[in-house]
Amino acid sequence: MTQTSDKMRAVIVDDEDLARQVVRELLEAHPEIEIVSECANGFEAVKAITELKPDLLFLDIQMPKLDGFEVLELIGTDMAVIFATAYDQHALRAFEVHAVDYLLKPFGAERFEQALARARKRMGEKMPPAPELKASTRAPGEFAERIVVRDGTRVHIIPIGKLDYAEAQDDYVALASEGKKHLKQQTISSLETSLDPARFLRIHRSYIVNLERVTKIEPYGKDTHLSILSDGTRLPVSRSGYGRLRTVLDQKS
Amino acid sequence: MHPILGYPRRLGLYLFTWLIVSELLFYVATYHHGGIDKFQSGLFFLPLSLVYAFICLSAWYSCRGIPVEETSFTGMLVPHLLAALICAFFWALLARALANGLSRLPQLQGFEEKVVRSVPIFLAMGVLLYLLAVALFYVLLAQEASREAEQRESQARVLARDAELRALKAQVNPHFLFNSLHSISALTSSDPKRAREMCIALADFLRATLGLGEKALIPLEEELSLIHSFLAVEKIRFGARLKMEEQIDPETLDCMVPPLILQPLVENAVVHGIANLTEGGWIQLRVGTTHGSDNSNQSNVSIEVENRFDPEAPARRKSGVGLANVRQRLDTRYGNNASFAVNKNGERFHVGLTLPAERKAVPA
Repeated sequence: MTQTSDKMRAVIVDDEDLARQVVRELLEAHPEIEIVSECANGFEAVKAITELKPDLLFLDIQMPKLDGFEVLELIGTDMAVIFATAYDQHALRAFEVHAVDYLLKPFGAERFEQALARARKRMGEKMPPAPELKASTRAPGEFAERIVVRDGTRVHIIPIGKLDYAEAQDDYVALASEGKKHLKQQTISSLETSLDPARFLRIHRSYIVNLERVTKIEPYGKDTHLSILSDGTRLPVSRSGYGRLRTVLDQKS
Repeated sequence: MHPILGYPRRLGLYLFTWLIVSELLFYVATYHHGGIDKFQSGLFFLPLSLVYAFICLSAWYSCRGIPVEETSFTGMLVPHLLAALICAFFWALLARALANGLSRLPQLQGFEEKVVRSVPIFLAMGVLLYLLAVALFYVLLAQEASREAEQRESQARVLARDAELRALKAQVNPHFLFNSLHSISALTSSDPKRAREMCIALADFLRATLGLGEKALIPLEEELSLIHSFLAVEKIRFGARLKMEEQIDPETLDCMVPPLILQPLVENAVVHGIANLTEGGWIQLRVGTTHGSDNSNQSNVSIEVENRFDPEAPARRKSGVGLANVRQRLDTRYGNNASFAVNKNGERFHVGLTLPAERKAVPA
């Protein structure tokens, strides 16, 4: 092992200056860890992490723009993540996204060293990609209120009411909203579980539709149908999808 | 549900009393009215009296339809008297029919004529007994009403107590406490002087909230100083991100308000406003007096808390609990005399409340 590969690159994300200062100070005892960036909100964090690809991330949960979990969802868990927060109700979720450790503020040097030791142990272990974890991190009966999408270093936020439909494209989903399409690395099944089934329906192997947008259903071919959305988009409806769609629409009328 | 028919024990008691009263009445009424053998007539009267007991139970429905509080005396008397006459008339008819049947028995020949002679007594007794039943049902109705009122009152008391307890439990938000302690721990090495300042501000806030448990009302001035120590802590945490503006009418300082009615609004503005704004934001607190719209000389304290917020901020759990609690406490304490309104307009979040201006009572 060379000297350079021993050097760990860390990013600190916290909206409070004093909270970042604590981590910075505790890291002074570790010359082998280099702080490559400090961020005060979720957008900055996504940008810095995408560009700098750190090994270690200190992450607050409640932050402006994006919360800590949304940041992780967008950047993957290819690094060791240590949460630092005063909110202990997030502990379970933190471990579900494979966080290395969960520091409760205020914390001292001893607890901080433990977290670092765990992070070192975790280094190099391959983590599963983040989007697949997303569904499991939500409490039952609780659904996404918005979807965050990363486009390079930029972040788009799609409120759930503005999502027209989603289309599976290999490892990605294309999210159609306000006439634009946003690509997100996520399977359509995992997206489906995060959406409220009263508002969104899987009408086809490759399509989820916002029920409020459906204006008409037309027969198309032998076993399939087409659903026509309010903006004129036509989406294929499979046989089983048609059955589900009929039940939901009949219940509504 | 019928207050007597619905309960077998009450029905038994009613019938028992009814029989004694009606037999006595009948006995007295026929005492000087020779002709009817006392024993015979007693047997004859028993089934009739029982039937009439049930007929009179129907008075409950007319009593419920004609409440005492909302009806004039004649408005009450006329329909009940009419009903009494009708019931008594049918009862007398029934008595006659029964007498007619009985007189076919050889031992009771001529019984019918005797009964016919006493028809006026039947009518008079029928009316009297019916009116007695009416009186009984009005008593029962009044009893029920007072029990309901009592229940409502105790329920309202429980609700009010609940809201107070929740407010007191929420008085120190653990997140606020832990985040502040974390900031203090950061300052101990970089700026010990400010660390000490923050410790003192935090202690002031905690001490002030601890004493509030027993007090139903505090002067607004005290609530404001509570807010100041709260903000002193938060200003160190958020630095330049937190800007506070105040416009306080000095006239209002000695008005009495429920403790912690204002602090949750300011805390809300910090947690949901400032904490979500990277570039920082402002909170405005305005306190003034307004006069009620009616011509009474009642004046109100009006309080407004306005802050900037990010409408696209990630959702925080438990948002709105603090505001709902303040609304409920105002509602249970002041009812329609207080108002509470929340408005979102673009990046502005506005909470406005008014409550009656009560001055501190001068000790006698």
